[in-house]
Amino acid sequence: MPGCQGCPQSRNSFERNADLVVALAGNANVGKSAVFNQLTGVDQIIGNWPGKTVERAEGTLQYQGMKIKVIDLPGIYSFSTYSMEELVSRDFIALEKPDIVVNVVDATALERNLFFTIQLLELNAPLLVALNQIDLMERKGISIDYQRLEEILGVPVVPTIAIKGKGISELTEEIIKLGEQKIAPPEIKYGKEVEQRIEKLISLLGKIETFYPHRWLAIKLLERDGEITRLVEGLDSTDGTVVRAAEELAEEIERIHGEPSGVVISAERYKIADEISRKVQKIRTEEETLTDKLDRIALHPILGYLAAVGVIGGLLVWTFILGSQISGILQNALSSVEQYEPVVSGPLGNIIWNGAFTGFVAGVTLVVPYVLPFYIILAVIEDSGYLTRIAIMLDRGMHKLGLHGKAIIPMILGYGCNVPACFSCRIMETPKQKFVAAFLVSLVPCTARTVVILGLVAAFVNIWWALALYAFDIILILLLGRIAFKVVPGESVGLIMEMPSYHVPSAKVVLKQTWARTKSLLWVVFPAYVIGSAVLQAFYAAGLLNPLNDILSPVTVNWLGLPAEVGILLIFGIVRKELTILMLAVIFQTTNFASVMSPVQLIVLALVTMIYIPCLALILCFAKEFGWKKTAAITVFEVTFAIFLGGIVFRMLSLIM
Amino acid sequence: MPKEQIEEYIEAIFDIAGEKGTAKTTEVANRLKIAPASVTEVFQKMARNGLVQYEPYKGVSLTTKGVEAAIKIKRKHRLLEVFLAKILHIAPEKVHAEACKMEHSISDEVGDAICRQLNAPARCPSGKLIYPCEKGIETCNQCKETLEKDASSASQRKILPVTDLKRCQKGTIAFLRGSSKVIQRLSDLGLTPGTEVTLMRKTPMGGPIELSVRRTALAVGHDIADNIFVEAAGES
Repeated sequence: MPGCQGCPQSRNSFERNADLVVALAGNANVGKSAVFNQLTGVDQIIGNWPGKTVERAEGTLQYQGMKIKVIDLPGIYSFSTYSMEELVSRDFIALEKPDIVVNVVDATALERNLFFTIQLLELNAPLLVALNQIDLMERKGISIDYQRLEEILGVPVVPTIAIKGKGISELTEEIIKLGEQKIAPPEIKYGKEVEQRIEKLISLLGKIETFYPHRWLAIKLLERDGEITRLVEGLDSTDGTVVRAAEELAEEIERIHGEPSGVVISAERYKIADEISRKVQKIRTEEETLTDKLDRIALHPILGYLAAVGVIGGLLVWTFILGSQISGILQNALSSVEQYEPVVSGPLGNIIWNGAFTGFVAGVTLVVPYVLPFYIILAVIEDSGYLTRIAIMLDRGMHKLGLHGKAIIPMILGYGCNVPACFSCRIMETPKQKFVAAFLVSLVPCTARTVVILGLVAAFVNIWWALALYAFDIILILLLGRIAFKVVPGESVGLIMEMPSYHVPSAKVVLKQTWARTKSLLWVVFPAYVIGSAVLQAFYAAGLLNPLNDILSPVTVNWLGLPAEVGILLIFGIVRKELTILMLAVIFQTTNFASVMSPVQLIVLALVTMIYIPCLALILCFAKEFGWKKTAAITVFEVTFAIFLGGIVFRMLSLIM
Repeated sequence: MPKEQIEEYIEAIFDIAGEKGTAKTTEVANRLKIAPASVTEVFQKMARNGLVQYEPYKGVSLTTKGVEAAIKIKRKHRLLEVFLAKILHIAPEKVHAEACKMEHSISDEVGDAICRQLNAPARCPSGKLIYPCEKGIETCNQCKETLEKDASSASQRKILPVTDLKRCQKGTIAFLRGSSKVIQRLSDLGLTPGTEVTLMRKTPMGGPIELSVRRTALAVGHDIADNIFVEAAGES
């Protein structure tokens, strides 16, 4: 076989520079990320909803002088091609060949998890099972015979409670042991009808070499897996005999069972999983759990909606109120340390230092106070499992936008920062739904935009106008969503989502999560602020501002009715939205914006800033997810639309204010 | 009395009272625009045929036989609506009246053939659910393949969409309908044919339903759930 024809392109480059490479795989929301955090000490975001881990995360563990690389794969239920995550995970295991695959299994839902374990065994992965959440399992009245399970599966089984760190050292030891001495996992046999056909295909596959085991290839061919069929077809020197045989065999299965062959094979796999769990699992009578009780409120026809609105509204109001309080206190404290009114005269060094300091102060007083309270409560909501209930209650409404309930999760995350929210749109199933969801996320006022709205409008016009802007934004999202649904081509599918049990959020997890998120934001924000304001001051000193503002003045002055000086702000705002308000202070040499702009101007500026362009980080995220063409389309649309809208609002408000 | 007329009555009672409720004589009379006295007369005839239970001054309710007949006629009606709208491109506002006339004259065989031709549509143009056929087959694919060898052998099983289960009622998955991707996803999550599921909760206004399957809770959008067919068990 010539060259490397047989390997499908690795979708992500991976560097293997460790003594041992361990991949964590398993269903969504079983605690993979919790195991990952315990093993590596990295603070990967965890939360109680399926689909958090969208990117493969990597970390290292030093153990007895060994460097162990740990990879956290996104949660999946199967190795079909329903989603990109399933493809990425199966390729990673088959192509990168990690030394050990730790299959994290939710002990409270053994059958469904074993369904995936069986597929890992078929992929010939060197397997280790971490049976997680055994505390929850006991509370649900389930007991599992670990040793029996180990015997049946033929791989080590370690009980863990990852969130509390229990069983992690045992797990580490088993990893080392398995790394030294590989065990060949047993072959799992299907029912006769399917098994015979698998064997027939394996014999036909004889000469074809890929990175996947033959048995697995045969099963995938029978399941009519598109990728694998194409792969085998390309390698088959006998002019497509294998693929044709697979097609015939699949048809035979379908004739016998009257179901698509993929469904037949899934059903067979579940039969095996059922048999195993019946042998190892004992269940006492189930009582009504806390989850049942809470869901009676959370999913109640009236109370459920009130709760959803209350929680989202509460989260925002809490952020506003607490944010402005803390912001005020910090501002007073810092201004007593050093005068930070902008200075634009004197030696250049002074000017730049001043700009940098202003940037720092703005970061401390503008970002931290709003971001921290938001992320704390968001982490509590995420960890509790309530996000999925909001998704269910709002599913019907989201259908009107061609989306479904799950899309509300990125939108809520978007109130914090659009960037991680944009990535989390991967929980949507089809390309169309991903794109529409991400587009709407880009219109959600993140904390940066909240700062602008509060700093310009709430502070110098009144709070009602600020809230009105928020309400207007939500209406805008609904309208544009409806239009996007009609305009963007592609298919939409409905909601299929696992509902996790509620649990009481742990203070440790919440605080770690909040810090991890705040930290990653600060890494971007502080340099942007400090450099941005220093550069602006330098521009100012060099006399470059006025020419730029003049070029923009037909839009800013004539159409939007704003002072010419804000032209430059809108350019800086591309980097970070809060820069507009910060630069405003630098340019006008005052933080009392009411003295330089009329209420109408303040509202228009806030409105335009809110929608005119996704910030630089979001543009990059869009480009990564959807390519530059779509990114450019969205950017151009949002800029044009914001300016168009701003001009109209300016004229209308001028009549009444 | 012509079959057509009886069927119109059955439909009217079904629309007013559903499977179990009672329809008042005046309600049926108003709906069919017929004098109450003649309506009563028909009711008595229908009662003799075992289609309804009739109590003077109270009204009528459908018997099991009556419900079956109603579902059959509704299925034909809605299939015809889809056929008229989608294949023949008849204007939407005329579709209902045409289907009303045609539903009485086509056989079950023709009804099922239309269903097959239209790739087993889930809903009529106005969004109402189309009931599954009574052929006792596992999937619509099978229907396509075997091409109707034994149309008359009605199954004894009661197959209904999982959305028609009552709260806390159990059912066994009979078959799934829909795009192959969605069917694969549902079976990967454990909703394979023969699996027992419990309807835990419905959310209002046609929102998602909550199913309990293999000790996990799944939320499934209403449109998808309408295409999950189960054999209902007793309530627990």
